[in-house]
Order: sequence, then structure tokens, then C-alpha cells
Amino acid sequence: MTLDQSFVRHITRRLLSVLPTLLMLITVVFFLVRVAPGGPFDSEKALPPEIQANLEAKYHLDEPLLQQYFRYLGQILVLDFGPSFQYKDWTVNELIAQGFPVSLTIGALAMLLGFVLGVSIGVGAALRQNSAADFSTMGFAMLGVSIPNFVVAPLLILLFAVYGGWLPAGGWDWTWQSAVLPVVTLALPVIAYIARLMRGSMIEVLHSNFIRTARAKGLPERQVILRHALKPALLPVISYMGPATAALITGSVVVERIFSIPGLGSYFVQGALNRDYTLVMGVVLFYGVLIIALNFIVDLLYSILNPKIAYEEL
Amino acid sequence: MSGNERPPVLKVQDLAVYYDIHDGGLLRQQVRPLKAVDGISFELERGETLGVVGESGCGKSTLARALLGLVPPRRGRVLWLGEDLVGLDEKALRRKRKELQIIFQDPLASLNPRMTVGDIIAEPLWTFYPKIARVQVEERVRGMMKMVGLLPNQINRYPHEFSGGQCQRIGIARALVLNPKLIICDEPVSALDVSIQAQIINLLKDLQRKLALSLIFIAHDLAVVKHISDRVMVMYLGRAMEVASARHLYRRPLHPYTNALVKAVPIPEPGRRRRGAEETGLRGDMPSPMNPPTGCVFHPRCPWAVKRCELEVPPLRRMAEGDWVACHRAEELDLTIVKHAPGTV
Repeated sequence: MTLDQSFVRHITRRLLSVLPTLLMLITVVFFLVRVAPGGPFDSEKALPPEIQANLEAKYHLDEPLLQQYFRYLGQILVLDFGPSFQYKDWTVNELIAQGFPVSLTIGALAMLLGFVLGVSIGVGAALRQNSAADFSTMGFAMLGVSIPNFVVAPLLILLFAVYGGWLPAGGWDWTWQSAVLPVVTLALPVIAYIARLMRGSMIEVLHSNFIRTARAKGLPERQVILRHALKPALLPVISYMGPATAALITGSVVVERIFSIPGLGSYFVQGALNRDYTLVMGVVLFYGVLIIALNFIVDLLYSILNPKIAYEEL
Repeated sequence: MSGNERPPVLKVQDLAVYYDIHDGGLLRQQVRPLKAVDGISFELERGETLGVVGESGCGKSTLARALLGLVPPRRGRVLWLGEDLVGLDEKALRRKRKELQIIFQDPLASLNPRMTVGDIIAEPLWTFYPKIARVQVEERVRGMMKMVGLLPNQINRYPHEFSGGQCQRIGIARALVLNPKLIICDEPVSALDVSIQAQIINLLKDLQRKLALSLIFIAHDLAVVKHISDRVMVMYLGRAMEVASARHLYRRPLHPYTNALVKAVPIPEPGRRRRGAEETGLRGDMPSPMNPPTGCVFHPRCPWAVKRCELEVPPLRRMAEGDWVACHRAEELDLTIVKHAPGTV
């Protein structure tokens, strides 16, 4: 791939098309959270009206809705998500800056594990199609896809922390020990899903005519797989990985709860429950940008893996 | 078969390929053999072209793949320069790919869409001569491209940028790059326009003469086969019905099935219809190779079938003029193609 004009033009066009998407996202989320009943400062005991008014004035909640909306848009332009309503003394930027590295570490490790193991298992199963090994690994993969992580996590804790005592049951201190169980929990369904995807597409590719040609050329089977079959077979996996990676690195609520990890995941739920408008907006936007960015990377990978896809078509 | 002057380069003896078909439910699974190729024997000389014709599903492509060891044969021998290819291990078989190559039916789909033409043609070189110099490879690839009628400056293009005929030229260049001695052409032109078909066939004929190649040319189009072949083998349900020189086959078929095929070739004359004796005389459809008829596999459709044909399998036997036929009644029948016959040379 050369950095020719069409490539540059393509990238510019893609980046420009991101703006309306983001504006739409901001608008919908902004009004939706405000439509939800209740407000950020509601509690069991009603606040004195003066204090309520003061609070609302401080966070500009007394202004007309449209004015608040444009004020928010202005903030976003300078990448300021504003103060959190619930976590006083914290801005949303600070909360994300604090939680994201943890979620990113666990999520990226889980994705890496999922990709490497998933692809290897999938290829292995495809090469032994319809054998006992194939059926049993795909059976396990089906289990892996179906069992929810709130079942897997406690089981892992029970086995490796409570009975075995080899690993901590929870907590986060940037050591590998504290990462193992949450990473494995997150990775299991990813491994299983990628393995199934990979097996299916590999079997399909292995039946294609150009693989027959590669064999007729006299290539060793290893080369046939690595040089000819792997790339096209990876395509479905790559397109799955874009959104899946965004979901993983922004943190899983369940897994972070169970392992008491100070990641980003719990902010999604906490922000929404507390009507913490700025926090909800912040994490949703952050997630949105990640998804867009990763999809963009996936498209670029696609054009590398398949020269037939011209940049214009992306 | 056609003479004893020189030993044949390829000698195939009783080659059979069965596919296992699993059917029945999950519990009562049965494995039944589908006899795709069932006891084929022939010989091929250096520089000779053997055409193989037959309807779809008669085992032509399976025969091609079995000769190259791309599918494992159930029994039989494939003697290449005296060495049996059947039973060779994967590594040894791969080494033979230098000498035996194949050109496939679907030109575009047979080329890896993620590789440039140059890489596609060069890959066999890198595989068999890993230490070869880059310059040398490129020179050879460009030479091959020129030889098959492609422009050497298209070396960095991808297959989808070429037409079907050009893709087949790429396929031919790829097959020839290692200097093979035998090329199996598995319906190399059936996916192409008629005008392009002629170009590709003439290219193959030229290359054959230049490089002293032996060719096995598989097709379901008799006219195409006639143009390129020295001898033609007619296959039906996995067996050889007739092996005869192209000249004889089209003028005076020995086997009723060949007769039907030759007569079925359309006559390029508007308004002219076949009548009476000119009709192919063929009844019904080809039976399933899962459950082939007893005796002569062709007897249910043969207008000349007698009781003996139902009971006894006719062996492929040698007739006058060095032609071979598998028919009990070959001597009695006179199947000479009369007037306006499309097979007239």
C-alpha cells in the first residue's frame, strides 16, 4: 500500500464523516439523559429549595435546555467533559484518566489472548474438520460463548483464589497476579467466539480454488495455510474485533465489580443511575470515539488484507 | 497403446478413486462409496496430447486430481517415468510437482486475489529453489509472461485486473514456470468465450510444440478436444468407454456412447435439424455413480444393448488400428458418421 493521493483523500473523507456521527451521538445522549425522570441532586430527603437552586445555578442546570446544549458543545470542542455531579471534586476527564488505563490494560490483554488463542484453536479445528478433536473444541467453544461472565468469574475465584490460593480474589495493584483472573474471565468468550468464526471461514477458504492451485504448485501444507489461507480467513475475525475491542477496553461492569477493579466500566452504570449527566455523556462519547476509531482501523486492515477493496469503496 | 517405439512417460493402470458418502441418520450412519473413477488405464507419450471427454460428473476432474495426487486413489498405479506416484509420501509427491502441473477450470478463482501476478508465477520458483536470486526470478517471470502473451510490465497487477482469458494465461505461466514435462488441463477453456477459447488452445498447442510437453486435456466440448488431441479417451460413469485416435473417433466411433456424443455436437447450419438415424439414440439420464448399473455401465441408455451387456462388464480391448474400446458388440456395429457429420476432418 502506497501513500498515494487516493489514500490520503480517503482518510480525509473518513475523518470528516466522523463529525456528523459524533454530533448525532452527543445530541441523542444529551437529551435522552435529561428526559429520564429525576435529576442529579435528587435524594430521599428533599434538599432545601435554596440549596437546590444554588446547585443548579452552579452547574448551569437552571438555564434553558438549548442553552445548556450549546454550552456543552462548546466544552466538547476544547475536550472538556465538565465536572462530575456525583463525584464531587472530580472532573469527568479526571475520572476517565484514572479508570481508563486499568480497563485498557485488562481489556487489551484479554483481546490479545482471545485473538491469539481463538485464531490458533480455530485454524487447528478447521484443519481437523469433523474429527473428534474438532467436535470437542467446538463444543467447548459453544460453552464458552454461552456461559455468562458472572458465572465464570466466581468459579475462577473459587478455584484459583479460595481453594488454590495462588491468585488474589480481587483488587488491583498493577501486578500480573491481580490481572490474571479478570483477563481470563474477559477473554474466555472472546476466545470461543473467534475460534468458531475462524474455523468456519478457514474451512471455507480451504475449499476455494486458489488454495487448490497453491497445493498444485507444490507448496508445503504449512505454506499453503500461512501464505494463502490465513489472510482471507482472518477477514471476519478482523471485522468482529473492531467493536469487540472497544467494548473490552472500556471495561466490563460485571467483571470490574466482581474483581473490585477501579476501571471505567462501573461509571457507565453509576453515571446513569445517579443521573450524573456529565459523566454519562463523557463515558458514552469516549466509547463512541473508540468504536469509530477501531472501525476505521479495521477498514484499513481490510484494504491491506484484500487489495480488491479500493479506498473509494470503504 | 499407439505404438511401441518409445516407452510412455505416463502409464496409468487400473486407477480408481472412490469418495465416501456418509448418509443415513446420526445413529445409523452408512458409508457408501461413490465411484468417481473406476479402473482407468492409459498411456501417454512424450509430446502427445490425450483428450478426455465425458458428461459432467463422469469423473474427468477427479481423474486429473488423482493423477497429481491431489486426491488419494483407492487403487491402481500412476507410473511417471517408471516411478509409481501412488503411495509416495507428501514430500516426495511435492517434488514431482516440478514435472507434473495442472491448469484449472476457473481462471480467476484459481488465482490468489491477494497476490500480484508476479508473485503468483514466482511462488513455485521460491518453493523449489529457495536460494535463487531475486533478479533471476523476476527475469524468469517476465519471460514466462511474454511467452504466454501477457505484457511483462503488468507484473505488479492483481488477478482481478485481468480478463478471464488473461487469467488463464497467468495460470498457464504459473504451471510452466518450473519447466514441467506433463500438464494436465482440467477444462481450461470452458469458462471462456469461444473466441478466447481458440486463443488459449492455440497457445497451448504452440507451447506444447516448443517445450515438448505431454498434455492431458480434459473438456466436455468435443470440438475443442478434437482440435488439440492426438488421442481421445471417452469417459462415462468413471470408466473409459473408448480410447482412440482423434481422427478415427470423430469419423467412426467404436462405442455407442461416443457415437451419441459425436452426433450431439451441434451442426452450425441454420434450419437443419437432425432426423431419424441422425438422432443420438440416447435414452434417459446418466445414472448415479453411487449406484452404477451392472455389466456395462452404459447398457440402460444404449440402443444396441443386449442381455450380455447387463451381465458382463466389457473390458477395454484393443481393436484394429490401435484403438481401444469397452463394448461387447464393437465388431458388429458400424457407427460411421455419415454426411455433413461435424466430426469430418
